[in-house]
Amino acid sequence: MSVEKQPSGVIHDIGYQRYTGARLGRSYATRSLYIHSLRTALGLGRGPKAKIFPWLAEGILLLVAAIVTAIRAQGGEAVLSYSEFAGQLSFLLILFCAATAPELVSRDLRSGVLPLYFSRPIRRSDYAFGKLAGMATATWLLLAVPQTLMFIGGVFSVSGVSAVWDETIEYGQGLLASALFALLFGAISILIASLAGRRAVTAALIVVAFLVTTPIYAVIQEVGSGPVKQLAGLINPVTLVLITNAWLTGDDLEGLGGNYGAIYALSTLIAILVCVLLLLLRYRKVAR
Amino acid sequence: MHRVPAMAPGNYGMPVTLIATEALTKRYPNGVTALSDLTVDVPPGVIGLVGANGAGKSTLIKILLGLLPPTSGRVSVLGMDPTAEPEQVRARVGYMPEHDCLPPDLAAAEFVTHMARMSGLPRAAARERASETLRHVGLYEERYRAIGGYSTGMKQRVKLAQALVHDPDLLLLDEPTNGLDPAGRDAMLNLIDRIGSEFGISLVVCSHLLGEVERICDTLVAIDGGKLLRAANISAMTKASDVLAIEVTEGGDALAARLSARGLDVRADGRDLLVPLAGDETYDVVLAAIAELDLPLHRLDQRRHHVSDLFRDTAGEPAHVG
Repeated sequence: MSVEKQPSGVIHDIGYQRYTGARLGRSYATRSLYIHSLRTALGLGRGPKAKIFPWLAEGILLLVAAIVTAIRAQGGEAVLSYSEFAGQLSFLLILFCAATAPELVSRDLRSGVLPLYFSRPIRRSDYAFGKLAGMATATWLLLAVPQTLMFIGGVFSVSGVSAVWDETIEYGQGLLASALFALLFGAISILIASLAGRRAVTAALIVVAFLVTTPIYAVIQEVGSGPVKQLAGLINPVTLVLITNAWLTGDDLEGLGGNYGAIYALSTLIAILVCVLLLLLRYRKVAR
Repeated sequence: MHRVPAMAPGNYGMPVTLIATEALTKRYPNGVTALSDLTVDVPPGVIGLVGANGAGKSTLIKILLGLLPPTSGRVSVLGMDPTAEPEQVRARVGYMPEHDCLPPDLAAAEFVTHMARMSGLPRAAARERASETLRHVGLYEERYRAIGGYSTGMKQRVKLAQALVHDPDLLLLDEPTNGLDPAGRDAMLNLIDRIGSEFGISLVVCSHLLGEVERICDTLVAIDGGKLLRAANISAMTKASDVLAIEVTEGGDALAARLSARGLDVRADGRDLLVPLAGDETYDVVLAAIAELDLPLHRLDQRRHHVSDLFRDTAGEPAHVG
């Protein structure tokens, strides 16, 4: 039996080294915050628990996209257009926002990490924009990836250069529709999530904000008539973007927005701007 | 103008003035005056900022970080004006807040890397510096575990690491020993001492406990009610004021009277008698007096004057400025 003389793990402490490399400025820091937020929203770089919801949501959307593509390949009939895709699955989108936005901003409020951000070379508004951009991008990707799957399937089921061109334009319109959903839903949910530190509370508030006007809208659709009925969609974020998208793609607005398509588009824009403005105001004041 | 002589202990490779304020005043909209006409000029090194809760320490830190505009007066940090170029100042300053500020579900390595990038370090450098810094604060094996499972002492180390990760020229530490047990306190103070002496980084250590910061500081700034109480270089303050502590098991009063009669300025400090140490002759006088009275001498030692004594005249509590 031989006693092995193993070199005991000596750590050579080379002492503290000053950092002499590059120091990038405010825009790099804001970009880093954006990337970090996007990764957080998608559950990347975090535990398996954080991945469950975003990947489940994405899985469902991909499944729907696959089914739509398969039906189309079989029968040639597109059951769901690219821009309708987001609207039809808005409920899933709302759930995604309610689960993700509190994760992005309520958590920072709760854990008191904001002073660490604000003591770095960014401004308070940079923090708000970084988080919002991360949220909106994550929401957009959630829709854009399945839409891309539909597009790839679609290109193979049409024939002729002009048909492929038409398909590409529709696909582009679909991506734009998703972008509108992502911007408005992201802005609303981040704004609400920034109001409180408790994630469960803000998540519930986000769902309420999206759904509270749904019954009112339904009632107006039932009993209302004329302009009242046609403008009722303004009170709900889902119908607001839905009708704006329909107007943008030149779809038939019969019974939905009537002649008020432009008003819907303008309202969507204003709603996004107001949310962003309120978000900036919120982060001017927040202390912790 | 309270200008502390630049006795630059150590090589900080920086302008002679680390922080300078001139008639700095901060009044909040609700009428509270947090800082009032504060003028101070401190050289690089380890600076203790002492004052009771509400003395204006946190307000001063926020102004130094460029997070709060002063109502009037001027301020400069590392030769820059935090009101004019806050981002540039913050890129060079590290801040460790007093309260909890860590996300529980992230691993320390990932969180500190993210904070390094938020300070402008490129991706690879951020990762490298994060694990280096965590090693320096004494967290290495544990750095891939979620922060939520850390002890208070480990969390304090992560807070320090995120302030240190971008290699700042100045660290602002707000009550760094808060919530730590005595052993954790000592470890944190030793770490701060090492950062100042070995790493060559200047520090401002905020504390309401004078006894704690005086161990590690070169310069002490005491504020109270937003006003400057005193700012001085510690070695300069204490050099001429070493004292001899005498402890006799009985007859302390008689000895005090005898020493006073010999012209010594005697002061009682608990069971000890303190006399200013002028030189070897002070020992002779004291020993002669004890021998004459035939008292049982328990202890006789030279003591570095506690900074709290220096504030005795201006502040009420000896170990608690405010």
